[in-house]
Amino acid sequence: MVEIRWHGRGGLGAKTAALLFGEAMMHSGMYIQAFPEYGPERRGAPVTAYNRIDDKPIRVHFAIQKPNAVCVLDATLLSTDAVREGCDESTVFIINSSFDPLAIKKKFDLPGKVYTVDASGISEEVLGRNLPNTPMLGALMKVVHLMDFETFIEAVEARLRIKYKPEVVEGNIKAIRRAYQEVKGL
Amino acid sequence: MKKKGWKELPEGCFIPGVPTSQDLKTGSWRTSKPVWDPNKCTSCFLCWVYCPDNAIILKDVGGDPKVSGINYDYCKGCGICADVCPPKVKAIHMEREEL
Amino acid sequence: MTEKERTKMALTGNEAFAYAMKQINPDVVAAYPITPATEIVQIFAKYVSDGEVDTEFVAVESEHSAMSACIGASASGARVITGTSSQGLALMHEMLYIASALRLPIVLAEVNRALSAPINIHCDHSDTMGSRDAGWIQIYCENANEGYHTLIQAVRIAETVNLPVMATLDGFIISHEMEVVESLDTQEVREFIGKRKPLYSVLDVEKPIMVGPLDLTDYYFEHKRQQIEAMKKSKAVIKEVIEEYNTKFGFDFPVFIETYRMEDAEYAILAMSSAAGTMKEAVDIRRSIGEKVGLVRLKVFRPFPFELLTEVFKNVKAIGVMDRSDSVNSMGGPVFNEVRSSLYELETRPRIMNFVFGLGGRDFPMEDALHIIDRVKELKDGKKLDFVEYVGVRE
Repeated sequence: MVEIRWHGRGGLGAKTAALLFGEAMMHSGMYIQAFPEYGPERRGAPVTAYNRIDDKPIRVHFAIQKPNAVCVLDATLLSTDAVREGCDESTVFIINSSFDPLAIKKKFDLPGKVYTVDASGISEEVLGRNLPNTPMLGALMKVVHLMDFETFIEAVEARLRIKYKPEVVEGNIKAIRRAYQEVKGL
Repeated sequence: MKKKGWKELPEGCFIPGVPTSQDLKTGSWRTSKPVWDPNKCTSCFLCWVYCPDNAIILKDVGGDPKVSGINYDYCKGCGICADVCPPKVKAIHMEREEL
Repeated sequence: MTEKERTKMALTGNEAFAYAMKQINPDVVAAYPITPATEIVQIFAKYVSDGEVDTEFVAVESEHSAMSACIGASASGARVITGTSSQGLALMHEMLYIASALRLPIVLAEVNRALSAPINIHCDHSDTMGSRDAGWIQIYCENANEGYHTLIQAVRIAETVNLPVMATLDGFIISHEMEVVESLDTQEVREFIGKRKPLYSVLDVEKPIMVGPLDLTDYYFEHKRQQIEAMKKSKAVIKEVIEEYNTKFGFDFPVFIETYRMEDAEYAILAMSSAAGTMKEAVDIRRSIGEKVGLVRLKVFRPFPFELLTEVFKNVKAIGVMDRSDSVNSMGGPVFNEVRSSLYELETRPRIMNFVFGLGGRDFPMEDALHIIDRVKELKDGKKLDFVEYVGVRE
């Protein structure tokens, strides 16, 4: 079982990222869970979301305590303890930052392997605003090889098309592809 | 009337075959009864309007409704009809009910 | 049995309930939104406005009115579904009794949430446990997939026995968790539920009736006795419907209880809803080091399957019963008290204790699940313990 924890702030789309990731994983035949940790919902307040991915039905229902991967949608959260909780050398961190992975690892004393991607920068360029959640999906896909990338893209595209205009879908897919290429620390 | 057991009742607490009030003749509840005088009555219908038990009988006389008596099967003897009958008419008065 | 590749959907618990409602296509839905069940009705309202269902949607001003409107619609012969949670269910309370006594097969998609005070939006079972004696069939589902299928089964169960049914999912834990749901085709759903044949209809002018009249010392008791009998008979109906569903569509959903690794168990845990999933993993962990422990998941709480519990626990030495609510009666939770009472007729009764956990949505992690198993082992080994323990609370 692979367990992923998402850290974001209200409005950055951490919950949506977890749901998109979970649903796409299902299309590769995996069993999934995607769930947010609910508190008072306020734009800007820290938000946590989770994914469990397994090849057999998942029966447990509690917050993830020892994540295999931690995705951080806002690097200012790195100074909080929540990001490091339950992590060790085996944990991979994927951080939305334009900085070098090693610099981040050193500055924030992160225990595991660190990857960075400028998800906000990509989002600003492609979508015209700071929505780092979809590019973070691209970076995560590059780091954890859980399914075929093109199949993943198809699944995310199909889901986004239900709710958004074609140009928005196209922009998001472009952002995912760019992040997939631009992730640093490999 | 023998009361039904729980296995005999229709399920769902409903009463089939309304209106059931017709089956319950309340005339025996009277302690005094209204007596109607056809010679004084002007068929103003005030008694018919006020009767809570719908016990004033109307009859069709040449296409017009006229008061024609009191249904003692349902009249409970409340006396409202006698009370509302206009003082100048006094077509209904109450008498003690004995046997 | 048909072996068919089922359509897999990634749905949250609320989405699963709403999707089942869409396929059921009820005549009337009257509801009022409440966290964490809001999405059920919100998503369904969209199906209505998009013309994907034929339902008459009644937006009301409170849950009391929601259940009242459901009662009126159901008494006129309509197929009716609503959804609510917590305070909403509490506000429906007096109407719940009326729905069940009038024998109206209303289906309620319920999301378990703690009752105030203190105000809280997260999961525990105090809401539905508060209406446990309201005459409704209660089915506690473990996950979104079971919730989806149970809501469909609930329509058939309710309309066969003429009693209302509530199917519940744990608030947020399941209602907001996306999982894999194996869905039926809409055609399959419609065929399985068929058409409602009401006991009576207030709109039938050929057969005028009076519904809900005064019923005093002369007949009230007889009508209650009938209702009690109907709940008793619903056991056969629940079994028949779920078994037919399993056979027809190739599933193996448990009927009243699910037993997990109970064959040679020396001691056992009884749990409900999502916590039972976690407990299955915990049982596996303890089994892997040689502990003979098993799990019973209680799925149907009303009617209470005491005969099955007496049977399944007759050979174990100790039982730990988990309650996600407390009766505040100084002797533990409602599940504990009823399970304990079910064992009274046994010649050698197992030792039994209660674990109250997860109030107000307090997380129920693996270490707490393992702790419960270990405590029941101590109980089995003869240690003297308090019969109610609170797990996960700070001292």
